[in-house]
Amino acid sequence: MSSASSTASHFMPFAATKIAAGVDSLYYFLLVASFISCVLVIGGLIWFAVQYRRKYEGQKTAYISHNTALEFLWSFIPFVIFMVVFVWGWIVYYQLRSMPENGLEVAVTAQKWNWTFTYKNGRKSQGTLTVPIGQDVKLIMTSSDVLHSFYVPAFRNKQDVVPGRYTALWFRAEHEGSYNLFCAEYCGDQHSGMLGKVNVVSREKFDEYLGTEPYKGLTPVEIGQKVYGGACIACHGLTVNDVKPLKLGPTFYMLFGRKESLADGSTVDVDEDYLRESIVNPNAKVVKGYDAGVMPTYAGQLDEDEIMGLIEFIKTVK
Amino acid sequence: MSTVSTNHGEHHHAHHFDSAEAEYEASKFGTWTFLVTEILMFGGLFVGYIIFHQKFPEMFHAGSKFLDWKLGAFNTVVLLISSLTMALSIYYAQHNDKAKTLFNLYVTLICGGIFMVVKYFEYTHKIHMGLLPGALFNPQGAEAEAAFAAYSNLGMYFSFYFTMTGLHGSHVLVGMGLIAWCIVRTHRGEFSSKYWTPLECVGLFWHLVDLIWIYLFPLLYLIG
Amino acid sequence: MASAPGVNYLNEKSGLWSWLTTLDHKRIGILYMISVMIFFAIGGAFAMLIRYELFAPGSQLVDGATYNRYMTFHGAIMVFMVIIPGIPAFLGNFIMPIMLGAKDVAFPRVNLMSWYCLMIGATVAFISLFYNGVDTGWTFYTPYSITTKNGTTWMVVGAFIIGFSSILTGLNFIATVHKLRAPGMSFWRMPLFVWSLYSTAILQVLATPVLAITLVLLLMERLMLVGIFDPALGGDPVLFQHFFWFYSHPAVYIMILPAMGVVSELIATYSQKTIFGYKAIALSSVGIAAVSFFVWGHHMFVSGQSEVAGVVFSFITMLVGVPTAIKVFNWTATLYKGSVKFDAPLLYALGFLFLFTIGGVTGIILAVVGVDVHFHDTYFVVAHFHYVMVGGTLMAIMGGIFYWFPKMFGRLVHDGMARLSFVLIFAGFNVTFFPQFILGANGMPRRYFDYIPAYESLNKISSIGAWTIGIGFLVGLFVIIHGLLRGEKAGPNPWNSRTLEWQTPSPPPHENFITQPVVTAGPYEYR
Repeated sequence: MSSASSTASHFMPFAATKIAAGVDSLYYFLLVASFISCVLVIGGLIWFAVQYRRKYEGQKTAYISHNTALEFLWSFIPFVIFMVVFVWGWIVYYQLRSMPENGLEVAVTAQKWNWTFTYKNGRKSQGTLTVPIGQDVKLIMTSSDVLHSFYVPAFRNKQDVVPGRYTALWFRAEHEGSYNLFCAEYCGDQHSGMLGKVNVVSREKFDEYLGTEPYKGLTPVEIGQKVYGGACIACHGLTVNDVKPLKLGPTFYMLFGRKESLADGSTVDVDEDYLRESIVNPNAKVVKGYDAGVMPTYAGQLDEDEIMGLIEFIKTVK
Repeated sequence: MSTVSTNHGEHHHAHHFDSAEAEYEASKFGTWTFLVTEILMFGGLFVGYIIFHQKFPEMFHAGSKFLDWKLGAFNTVVLLISSLTMALSIYYAQHNDKAKTLFNLYVTLICGGIFMVVKYFEYTHKIHMGLLPGALFNPQGAEAEAAFAAYSNLGMYFSFYFTMTGLHGSHVLVGMGLIAWCIVRTHRGEFSSKYWTPLECVGLFWHLVDLIWIYLFPLLYLIG
Repeated sequence: MASAPGVNYLNEKSGLWSWLTTLDHKRIGILYMISVMIFFAIGGAFAMLIRYELFAPGSQLVDGATYNRYMTFHGAIMVFMVIIPGIPAFLGNFIMPIMLGAKDVAFPRVNLMSWYCLMIGATVAFISLFYNGVDTGWTFYTPYSITTKNGTTWMVVGAFIIGFSSILTGLNFIATVHKLRAPGMSFWRMPLFVWSLYSTAILQVLATPVLAITLVLLLMERLMLVGIFDPALGGDPVLFQHFFWFYSHPAVYIMILPAMGVVSELIATYSQKTIFGYKAIALSSVGIAAVSFFVWGHHMFVSGQSEVAGVVFSFITMLVGVPTAIKVFNWTATLYKGSVKFDAPLLYALGFLFLFTIGGVTGIILAVVGVDVHFHDTYFVVAHFHYVMVGGTLMAIMGGIFYWFPKMFGRLVHDGMARLSFVLIFAGFNVTFFPQFILGANGMPRRYFDYIPAYESLNKISSIGAWTIGIGFLVGLFVIIHGLLRGEKAGPNPWNSRTLEWQTPSPPPHENFITQPVVTAGPYEYR
């Protein structure tokens, strides 16, 4: 079991799919070819410069205006190399983009700044995509606000997520593990906080995961904790220090029950009703020192159990 | 570019040119290059228009029904006449006929004015009906509301309408300013058979403005 | 009108007003030099702040929102106000007419107007700082740039006006090359710097209007909600990317082609040898310019454009690689059996070749569509384009400044200090940007204000390198100031070069030559 980017000292992160290994082969070929060309050009450059350095002023130089055969050769050889890597790249690209017929389909919604995954049976997950090992998975993706990009380095795959249309991406993970999911298209203040995980698990574990109610047997607080980990964590912290500029939104630390000063100068008691309103209509009451329009609405994203759980969870943060 | 001469009829070319002839050639060359940039700038809009027209042909057709093709055709004729008089003014300047040069320039300027006045009435009519671009689209009256009910993105058509005619209209205004400048210089007697470069360059610009309208007219008024 | 001895373009008139109203291409070139240097200092300061913030994970200095403003200003200033006008409008303005044996550019007033366009555009762009900055990135991607509430409108208007500066310069240069060559100066006798500026000018004239209309549409989008790029109103956000890159890919060559021209001059002069494959280098500039209009889609391999488009754009991008490779080989071959003198400008030219070669081969890696899917929008791309833009263009600007300094100001710079600036910039550059290739390969996306701990050590190295570059440029600035005040007096041709600008006094008189030159041979006749 390996986690992507556990170390940044290798040339490439762990390859969790067959195609990723194929991308790596092409990349290593390119690296070697690039290295050889650089050594030839830069080495030749330094060699000539040193070899023919000026020994005395007024030194005569050779008058060589051109050499057609040589020039043809060094145009043609790069051209052939370029064509080879182009075709090779095309083949790899074809594999990356040929959608499987009978894959496991998961709907992906990107939103500032988290990912929501919805399975066919209605099972939803925020921030973490769980998939079975050895099965084709096809993601049908859209965005509810601006451009995002679904990027899993371990799969060597990336696809922009565009509002108003669907884009797709597929992969077939061959190694169990937990892999980083990044947003790779700039999407605003918390772009770098729009992280997620792709968990590749065994078939049995996946069936169990899919079959169980996500919150079965969990207390509301535990439900809230899960929701927090997927949806809120990018912008809201849990400690007294998690305020601007570290986090974009107010901290949940000791939030419940206190009097909050609002941007319009008024104050509000933080109770269940205020918290609920702040989740579904975040711009109605903006806390002093924070900006309106930053947080999107979660109405429709979270169901009542989740909102209730979240409120119960916030109560416990002390 | 020219240096302004105070001698009537005689023109002193700028110091870095070998001759007045070379200066004239360079100015014309520069103007043509500038016209290429103009075409590319409008080209972006035309490409956008083609893409969305292909995507929503019925919506564009519905939108074009709110335009009065008669007014568009009238404006086309006005601009064509102005192009002719512009060309004539250069012809008369080359033949040292100041009075006829001025007459033709004034007609050109007036034609530009008529075009803008017609445009103004078209715009106010659209604004009155709430036929505004994109999100501002707010149809008033049964006809507009019916069209909006059929095509919820009808505002897109008016986005193109206002952007394209707006950019073109601003070019007409700039062109009118340049023609007014030419009139002033003609009054001063600066143009003659020896020197008419600014007239020539403004004329080229004016023909381009005319030409762009000739494409805009069918694309916006006559599609369907 | 021949000038009296000792009278040159610098001392012919005096006073600030005589500079602000000058029509002399040399003075306008100096105006550009000053403004570009100021913009470079501002853009560089933002770069230092960026690297300070990225020194460690988490927040070092500012929050994500502020970081995004730093990154946007760094990119927009460096692209629109430094790299694009850097060589054509500054070095090109000063040198090109003299190289052609002309007295001035074709349209001196348009030339001055284009400088004012740059200054007005830059001022308008900086006004956005008072409206909560700009956080879109220099690419202004929709729909983010439509929805974000801050000074983006000002920045877009500023970029629009600066675009006119670029168009007018290009137009002027094309007309100058066509209409103002000295007697005997045929196209095949033009120096390669002029060829590169000519190709650049064609790009400026043909590509920039498309940026202009794109920015106009973006403005309409922000001010009037026209919806052409807004999916909520039936528009298409990806169309903006097509429009934007239709300009901005040729713009990449607007940035690098003139640098290639400078390097051609430096290599020929400092090896005292005729350029190997003159025609191939000249035509490859034109070839690159032509093909560059058909490769914009390689910025959009993962944007959601069709797979066919991806493959086609990958193929055409490969074709750009060929003329680029030809140039590099020809420069290398020019050194063969030459008489190479390691003055600072040559070091900068060799530095250019070193860094540009790495930038070039990584460009090929990114053009391979199957691999780019992984590298796209990661630090690999950041490293690649800095190798080309900084390692290429800025190296050439520095080399060009030190090479033409005696011509501009009649004084020599301190060569030892200039070489020190090269060593610092070159070393610092590699320390900064080479680790970013590895970061990118490991998946670190670009425009990240914060990163996972695995990326920390390489980011630290990168930040340390950035500060070394900063020191290197400060040394470079010192060399320039020292040269202006204390530099040794230079003769007309201190480097024994064959091109026309060295056949007139340093600094040149108002109309460049005391007597009209007549050209009888090519520019690199070192026999």
